[in-house]
Amino acid sequence: MSSAQIEIQLIGLVVAAACALPGVFLVLRGMAMMSDAISHTVLLGIVLGFMALGNLESPWLIIAAAGMGLITVSLTELLNRTKLVKQDAAIGLVFPALFSLAVILISRFARGVHLDTDAVLLGELAFAPFNRVDLLGLSVPHSLALMAVVLLINIAFIALFYKELKLATFDAGLAMALGFSPALIHYGLMALVSVTAVGAFDAVGSILVVAFMVVPGAGAYLLTDKLERMLLYAVLIGAAGTIGGYWAARWLDANIAGSMATMIGLLFVLCLLLAPQRGLVAIAARRRRQRWQFAQTMLTIHLLHHEGTPEARVENRLDHLHDHLRWEAQFAQQVVQRAREGGLIRLANDHLELTAQGRQIAEQNLRA
Amino acid sequence: MNWWDLLTSLVTDHTVRTVALGTATLGAVSGVLGAFAVLRRQSLLGDALSHAALPGVALAYMLTGAKTPLVLMLGAGLTGFLAIGLFFIITRNTRIKEDASLGIVLSSFFGVGLLLLTFLQRNPDARQAGLNTFLFGQAAALLTRDVVTMAVFGGLALLVVALLWKEFKLLSFDKDFGSSLGLPTRGLDLLLTSLLVVAIVLGLQAVGVVLMSAMIVAPGAAARQWTDDLARMALLSAFFGALAGVSGALISSLGSGLSTGPVIVLCASAIVLFSLLLAPNRGLAWNAWRNWRNRNRLRTEAVLLDLYRMSAQHSDPTEPHPVSALAAVTGAAALRRSLQTLQTRGLVRPGQNNWWALTTQGLAEAQRMEAALAHKEAQ
Repeated sequence: MSSAQIEIQLIGLVVAAACALPGVFLVLRGMAMMSDAISHTVLLGIVLGFMALGNLESPWLIIAAAGMGLITVSLTELLNRTKLVKQDAAIGLVFPALFSLAVILISRFARGVHLDTDAVLLGELAFAPFNRVDLLGLSVPHSLALMAVVLLINIAFIALFYKELKLATFDAGLAMALGFSPALIHYGLMALVSVTAVGAFDAVGSILVVAFMVVPGAGAYLLTDKLERMLLYAVLIGAAGTIGGYWAARWLDANIAGSMATMIGLLFVLCLLLAPQRGLVAIAARRRRQRWQFAQTMLTIHLLHHEGTPEARVENRLDHLHDHLRWEAQFAQQVVQRAREGGLIRLANDHLELTAQGRQIAEQNLRA
Repeated sequence: MNWWDLLTSLVTDHTVRTVALGTATLGAVSGVLGAFAVLRRQSLLGDALSHAALPGVALAYMLTGAKTPLVLMLGAGLTGFLAIGLFFIITRNTRIKEDASLGIVLSSFFGVGLLLLTFLQRNPDARQAGLNTFLFGQAAALLTRDVVTMAVFGGLALLVVALLWKEFKLLSFDKDFGSSLGLPTRGLDLLLTSLLVVAIVLGLQAVGVVLMSAMIVAPGAAARQWTDDLARMALLSAFFGALAGVSGALISSLGSGLSTGPVIVLCASAIVLFSLLLAPNRGLAWNAWRNWRNRNRLRTEAVLLDLYRMSAQHSDPTEPHPVSALAAVTGAAALRRSLQTLQTRGLVRPGQNNWWALTTQGLAEAQRMEAALAHKEAQ
């Protein structure tokens, strides 16, 4: 591997980790689409900052862009609080307007400058190693230094306010009653998202920031109920998608960021299918098992109901289940088979009888 | 160029006319479907679906090698449907909420689209036709043929909405009641969302992926402020959408560097802002005015009642009182204006030295109000 290759992967890893951490909280708090809004409107912050300062290198641009992220959040909330539009519509109204403004401003006043909307939306990770800065005597890619700082800020914020974030996320009412301000935590988190989006879109573009923020968190949400683990899994999913995506892009000779987002998406689909307990396969298996279990319970209850009565000889026969429980003959056969294997019933002559265990199950279910 | 020239260019200038017709059609179609999306809290679904169209466009181009809008639209529609499918699978089977599901669908599909586009860009002739057009649209390049396509497909979508009007209305307002009546709500849900995909695909060429979501949300959100009736809301939303389309097309024809898509979105946003502020009954300015009027009325009534209660301690209830005594009871705020209002209504009359007295009419009114208050308290 050349050093440029290693650097690109390092940038990808740092971006993935920096995005996944606040992303987990966005997913849990139901504000995932806010990352989409913010990652678009930071462009307006950059344009306005550029128009005020006249250059694209100033660190103030990052502040301006992150500030625009917070303005987006508060405009959305302002609109939401009028009760005239719902929250999703508020997001859908604010960010296209601000983004349109940015696009028009760029084409009117910043033409010819290296601020083209394509690059902002899509990023170009492949060129990231060419833009270098000196850090402690070491020459490192600008994106890497920037995102490392962002990652450190994110880790520090989450570590410092872990308890508060957790409480405000899972029980905002209790957090407020205990004297934590949910609004403060909310805006703190949104500031984090804004700063991360600004740093990341340089590398991967604003649209794929959403992939790095939301998708790993959502995948991790399917894997665990513990917040610590969810954070860890989200970072791991993001990291695996980044590395896998990088090599897929090398192999296919394709857009690196797009390939990384695709890979993260594929990892999510894997989680969606295979997650223990919450995955689609597990859900289908559980539904199947419950269907058979329910049928067997029905059978024991039916048998118990007629047990010891004169009509038991007629009712409690395999071919009568079709009439009485509306079961297809084949299905009835299978249920009886499973119930016999499970020791719930036995076959006596040509009618069915409950075993002690079967009777117990029937009585238990009737009582419940 | 003055306003009149600008407007006449709608009729005389072929390009402007075509573009305006196209964006108006788009605005009307996305307005109607957006009205439903806004009511059904699916405002951001439009955003996700428009991004999800990217891999479809790329794939259609890769497979057919044709840049005809119809082929690309079919591709976009196809991946749009896939995206809806994934969205429904995630929201219906897992605990992941709608917002995160939208984010997943949006970014994953877009990522795949970017990946596919790189294959296209190796083909030099595809470069200029590719990404930028798709991201921001190119309304200025609309041809008569494109407008006809938009009108046909948009018209079909609107026809379906008209035919299934009652069902869609029920779906939007009381889904559970709908399914209790035996309506196939899941199917209807899918159908209405699919129609949204049609609107989005129609708009990609004109306003592009990033801004298409605004064409869905803005007209609907604006129309919602003016009426509580779904039919009126849908019509108004169509009108707002078309208005934004036409005015955006006209304004962007004025200057270079004004891409049509963003200008249309800003026009639509202006309509929303206007509606939020000024719509009767719901608008913010309207509400502020109503609050101000109510506060004034209450204050004036309080002054009348105070005057009545003070004069009730005299044998002659129309005995004048000094304004300073009134101020001591009511608080001085806006007292003079209240008294003047009461005077013009003939309820009080001024005496000498800023003393005020009830008229007989004012006495009757105060007694009526007192009785009404007592009645309310008794309840």
